[in-house]
Amino acid sequence: MAARRNAAAAERPGTARRARPAQPPAATHAANLDRLIHDRTRLAIISALAASSSLTFTELKHLLDLSDGNLSVHARKLEDAGYVTCTKGFEGRLPRTEFALTDAGHRALRQYLDHMEAIIKHARTKR
Amino acid sequence: MHERAAESIEFIRETMVRSASFTAVPGQGGVAMGAIGVLTAVVASQATTPERWLATWLSAAVIASPIGLAATILKARRHHVALWSASGRRFMQGFLPSIAAGAALTLALVRADRIELLPATWLLLYGAGILAGATASISVLTWVGALFMVLGVGAVATVGQWPDLWLGAGFGGLQIIFGIIITRKHGG
Repeated sequence: MAARRNAAAAERPGTARRARPAQPPAATHAANLDRLIHDRTRLAIISALAASSSLTFTELKHLLDLSDGNLSVHARKLEDAGYVTCTKGFEGRLPRTEFALTDAGHRALRQYLDHMEAIIKHARTKR
Repeated sequence: MHERAAESIEFIRETMVRSASFTAVPGQGGVAMGAIGVLTAVVASQATTPERWLATWLSAAVIASPIGLAATILKARRHHVALWSASGRRFMQGFLPSIAAGAALTLALVRADRIELLPATWLLLYGAGILAGATASISVLTWVGALFMVLGVGAVATVGQWPDLWLGAGFGGLQIIFGIIITRKHGG
């Protein structure tokens, strides 16, 4: 009976202390998200390079099913951010562009993964 | 939001697996090598001397190996995969030591006049090589390697009996069946 009274009081506006929604830890804030690699294409490039020491432009293009232009644009953004190195050379007479992940790129992917795991963990603890 | 996060982690995992796997395993080449295996088993079963039997199977290996290599190179070119990429090197590092061990043991067993042990040796070492290579390649190869080893164990248990049946089932039947599966599921 007392329990029911307490429950009713809790439902009355003004009488109950409204429970504040649990604040997500800092790591799960969207503002902390690395927007540069949150993009699916750039995330795919970073992930592919994290698993191979280096990949050529052609290998990446076919692996990720991207057009030349699309890969160029996204790879350039990652290169500008210092996440990826791009080495141009020749294989015989054919030009060869090779991409590799830098230490900063590895760190960024690790942080991104930590961020995603924190979001999942937070959602689980809320349940 | 957490569903999107889980999706992102899965996306990263899948991309990394694809990038790290050696995918230029030739299905059509496997079928061709399997056909040679079946044909060799039939021919070898009619050999009148152990020397002829050995020569038949060694000739098949000499014919089938370049076919497998050429098919691998062609598939790698078709799929724009570097044969000596990190995953390709890891595949070879897993696969080739067993093949080299098989060649050395073949020589030793022939010299020791223990030819009846060759079917089990070949099946077990080829299976072990494929199993080791599978860690850097498509998952179906794990089954291929494991089944080769099962046949090898069968050959050990029945040494001297049905050598061409065991070898034909492995280098013929298994290669044809999985060659077809790889062709269908992994682009040729």
